[in-house]
Amino acid sequence: MKVVLENLTKKFPNRNKKIKDYVIAVNDFTFEIPDGKLIGLLGPSGCGKSTTLNLISGLEKPTSGKIYFGDVDVTELPPENRGVGLVFQSYALYPHLTVEQNIMFPLGNLKGSEKLTKQEMKEKALEAAKLVQIDGLMERKPSELSGGQQQRVAIARALVKMPKVLLLDEPLSNLDARLRLQTREEISRIQRETGITTIFVTHDQEEAMSISDMIVVMKDGVVHQIGKPQSVYDDPVNMFVAKFLGTPPINIFRGEVKNGRIYIGDEDVLNIAEPKKVKEGEVYVGVRPEGFILNDKGRFTCNLERVEVMGRDTSVVSKHDACENVTIRSIVSAENNIDTDAKTVKFDLKPNKVYLFNKETQDRIMF
Amino acid sequence: MENDKTPKKSGKAFLSQFKGYIYLIPALAFLGVFMIYPLVDVLIYSFEEGYNFTSQTRLGVGLYNYSYVLHDTYFTQALKNTFIIVIITVPLSTGIALLISLGLNSIKPLKNAFQTIYFLPYVTNTLAVGLVFMILFKKTAYTDGMINLLINAFGGESVDFIDGPYWAKMMVMCIYTIWVVMPFKILILTSALASVNPVYYKAARVDGTSPFRIFYKITLPMISPMIFYLVITGFIGAFKAYSDEVALFGTDLNAAGMNTLVGYVYDMLYGNSGGYPSYASAAALILFAIVFTITIINLMLSEKTSITQ
Repeated sequence: MKVVLENLTKKFPNRNKKIKDYVIAVNDFTFEIPDGKLIGLLGPSGCGKSTTLNLISGLEKPTSGKIYFGDVDVTELPPENRGVGLVFQSYALYPHLTVEQNIMFPLGNLKGSEKLTKQEMKEKALEAAKLVQIDGLMERKPSELSGGQQQRVAIARALVKMPKVLLLDEPLSNLDARLRLQTREEISRIQRETGITTIFVTHDQEEAMSISDMIVVMKDGVVHQIGKPQSVYDDPVNMFVAKFLGTPPINIFRGEVKNGRIYIGDEDVLNIAEPKKVKEGEVYVGVRPEGFILNDKGRFTCNLERVEVMGRDTSVVSKHDACENVTIRSIVSAENNIDTDAKTVKFDLKPNKVYLFNKETQDRIMF
Repeated sequence: MENDKTPKKSGKAFLSQFKGYIYLIPALAFLGVFMIYPLVDVLIYSFEEGYNFTSQTRLGVGLYNYSYVLHDTYFTQALKNTFIIVIITVPLSTGIALLISLGLNSIKPLKNAFQTIYFLPYVTNTLAVGLVFMILFKKTAYTDGMINLLINAFGGESVDFIDGPYWAKMMVMCIYTIWVVMPFKILILTSALASVNPVYYKAARVDGTSPFRIFYKITLPMISPMIFYLVITGFIGAFKAYSDEVALFGTDLNAAGMNTLVGYVYDMLYGNSGGYPSYASAAALILFAIVFTITIINLMLSEKTSITQ
């Protein structure tokens, strides 16, 4: 089932009643989510991603705009008639019910001709439990399960009615690092097996990039960029998206375009292939950590702070006066020998890992 | 108990071992004098036959006091009254309090105002409230109370609820008791309802759960520990009812036929027919046995049905 959002807007009245202005949680969101895909809604806290999810589920009504499931307009439908499965950040498992009763709970709401017998309900619950591999824990109470197991029960409960759309709100935030890695693969597997259009919300860019077919980067209620994870990473539309994606984060420098070259401080660090296309003047220069090449005769000099060995790679931490970040992090191959006692370190930059941004609007300048 | 890290002297180590008990001595002494001694004394009184308070003499030791009390018609009347009050008021007051709390929990405007109004009986003096109830239900030769005026308006005949037939008096008594115990229950239940995480309701809504099923399957189990608490304390409180009866029917409860167990104990000690601490003690211990049994049954039931969070 494809999901279409059309000029979706949600305004909340301000908490402080003296302020008449509305808080715009979601602003003019238009997007068509293709059928059977896994979509990651990504953004910092308070960017409106959870509100978007609530709008799709029907728990919130949009101020304006429309939502379609397939060709059906569901904007005015209450949540129960939309056929969505929702997994909450805190899982919201009923503590007094067993795993089986929890999974069966949505089935008990069916009325009329859809009504199931106890036996049918049990079979369906077992089916859903098998899908998330918790069929051995049916008699336990949620308090007797680990975080990862609770998460699976919550997913099973959302899946048991075979929803048209599965919504996950920060599904991994309550899990520890190892479980997170495992569970995100699990979510990806379950999504592929069921083929249900799935939308999940996260503030963790790594999580979103690793399993999504497409990611939506939001900030302050506005969608900044939509695309395949790799293309958004390689081709950010503005400085916010560039800064938000990638660990370690992109290094931002105050720089200048002059004489067909990019300057950081006094050094011209990179030549521009087609100088005529780029207006001269002050810019922000973003360099991905993997965009640095160690070179003794390199054009970019930084003050070496320390070298962190991570096995496969080496992280060189340095400083530069023009850098907006506290330190510059660059990832180089561990095969490089770095003189850790040296005061400075010299780099060359990979042109495809360097981005220019407008000083005022912070929009990307192509070069 | 805390462990002393530098035990230089053996005396100090000894002291630290019993430190906790030393701290407890004042409280234990207090409890011993004002609680344990009187309890034991009551037990002794109840077995002393023909005890004379002034001369401090007794005729013998035995179960005569219990036998006397159990055959006393005033006692059986009080027992009956108490049981009726308990059985009617505890379930009704808890049920109505739950309904009101659910209502309070689902409204937004004026919520605080309503909460305050429902809490007012709790801070109002029992005797003052009793007076108001008397005026409401009273019927004299010349005037009718408001309730009787209402009954008349609907074509009924006036009833004297205060000095009239037994069922009328008992009805007023039960209404009054329910009204008095309700605020506390509403207070507890509204906070219990507010403490249920709203995410459960959201989850249930997305799954299309009907309001009744939400209440029955989610809300009720989640607040059940608080309901059990209210039922248990409600039973105990209702068994100990006395001042409410005095507020409505005056101090001569035996004459009004509205005496309760605690009232009987009081009358045996200080009332017109009083001066019999032995009978009073026996009656008090019978009351204790009843309350104890009921509470144990309540606890067993609550453990059976309670949820493991």
